[in-house]
Amino acid sequence: MPITSRHLLGLEGVPKEDIQLILDTATTFREVLDRPIKRVPTLQGKTIVNLFFESSTRTRISFELAERRLSADVVNFAVAGSSVAKGETLKDTARNIEAMKIDMVVVRHSSPGAALFLSRVVNANVINAGDGTHEHPTQALLDMYTIREKFGKLEGLHVCIVGDISHSRVALSNIYGLQIMGATVSVCGPKTLIPKDIEKLGVRVYYNVEEAIRNTDILNVLRIQLERQDRSFFPSTREYHNYFGITKEKLEKAVKPITIMHPGPINRDVEISADVADGENSVILQQVLNGVAVRMAVLYLLGTGEGK
Amino acid sequence: MKIKSKIIDEKGLERTLTRLAHEIIERNKGIESLAIVGIKTRGEFIAKRLAKIIGELENKEINVGLLDITLYRDDLRTLHEQPVLKGTEILFDVTDKSIILVDDVLFTGRTIRAALDELVDLGRPATIQLVVLIDRGHRQLPIKADFVGKNVPTSLNEQIKVKLKEVDEEDSVLIVQLDED
Repeated sequence: MPITSRHLLGLEGVPKEDIQLILDTATTFREVLDRPIKRVPTLQGKTIVNLFFESSTRTRISFELAERRLSADVVNFAVAGSSVAKGETLKDTARNIEAMKIDMVVVRHSSPGAALFLSRVVNANVINAGDGTHEHPTQALLDMYTIREKFGKLEGLHVCIVGDISHSRVALSNIYGLQIMGATVSVCGPKTLIPKDIEKLGVRVYYNVEEAIRNTDILNVLRIQLERQDRSFFPSTREYHNYFGITKEKLEKAVKPITIMHPGPINRDVEISADVADGENSVILQQVLNGVAVRMAVLYLLGTGEGK
Repeated sequence: MKIKSKIIDEKGLERTLTRLAHEIIERNKGIESLAIVGIKTRGEFIAKRLAKIIGELENKEINVGLLDITLYRDDLRTLHEQPVLKGTEILFDVTDKSIILVDDVLFTGRTIRAALDELVDLGRPATIQLVVLIDRGHRQLPIKADFVGKNVPTSLNEQIKVKLKEVDEEDSVLIVQLDED
């Protein structure tokens, strides 16, 4: 069965079969990444633009690698030094790109809904690479792929997301995606960083990390976005580390080994201690590798699907 | 769709595969550095059966790999329906091996072109030899099989249906007439 959508804008409301298809398809691309020649001719002749209005290293490189490994032609557009700095609107940027016969657009933007907006004004397939505090679907998909790789399933597992939930598009996409796949999701963090009505999404809230650890299989540790801390959501990074930082001492109280994930980049010894990040239960680097395979799967499915 | 004739039955398939196995061993003067690669889906089962017969004849196990050529197809942009990826599983190094590439039906040759491209991306085989159960003609590319189970001249409005017990209810090869329009 083919994928039901022309775009990947978020995971909210996406059919379970689509997520399953993306994860299954990614398994094939994961094998390609182990080959001596890590490249297949599948998207030959397609042109993809990476439209990054917000700075990003990891996600942009991951997308670019995925695109090149599918033999697509790749154009990078970063906001610094571009026409946007000269006052061009998103719509005009999009129209201009479209005029250059682009097949697919990968977009990151600081405004929630930017990807949805783009999908309405251009004919290309649109992939959301992060829109403000809204969604970051490919990150959640690669998190789910990594969990499934380790546990063989998603259903019935308990995932706790720790950190700045309010500003996190990774958290929101994970909550939607994991719940669709039958996992239980909880969140943990200081009150100032947990959105008020988050329980309405069906997640449990913990304000105490030790309690959260006791009830989970996987901890997805979010980066404390130091650049957003000008509004003082907590007194100091040291105090945050004491209460919410994931350390060996806190994990030792758990009844079973807990798998540690982090979307990166890591602030060592702020949200996670170095020994935990590099420890035997950490799958942080597998996440990075799987990210390329999952993005190849999304590009393949959208690029060869119904609306190609 | 109407069945015109059964060209191979269960017993016949067994005989054909046994003959192909003997030919492969004979032409390669043994099975040193030989590996079998089946093209999914039906080539997979033929490859596994050939490997079993060859292994029994030579008293030695032979490597079997599986190829899903979907990512190398030349019609991905025009296909009506999105193909499901089944995954390539070749767990040995193909470099310097003599690869016996196996498919059920040789027709336009486009599948084999894709398979050759994928195989050389995996390494540098010493040789690649093609085995097909049925050669039905109508090539669109300059490709020829090294070992053929049966040559079956067909018209373009006929189809060859290979049925294998692993996925179908029986072992047989049928010629069927495609419906008009």
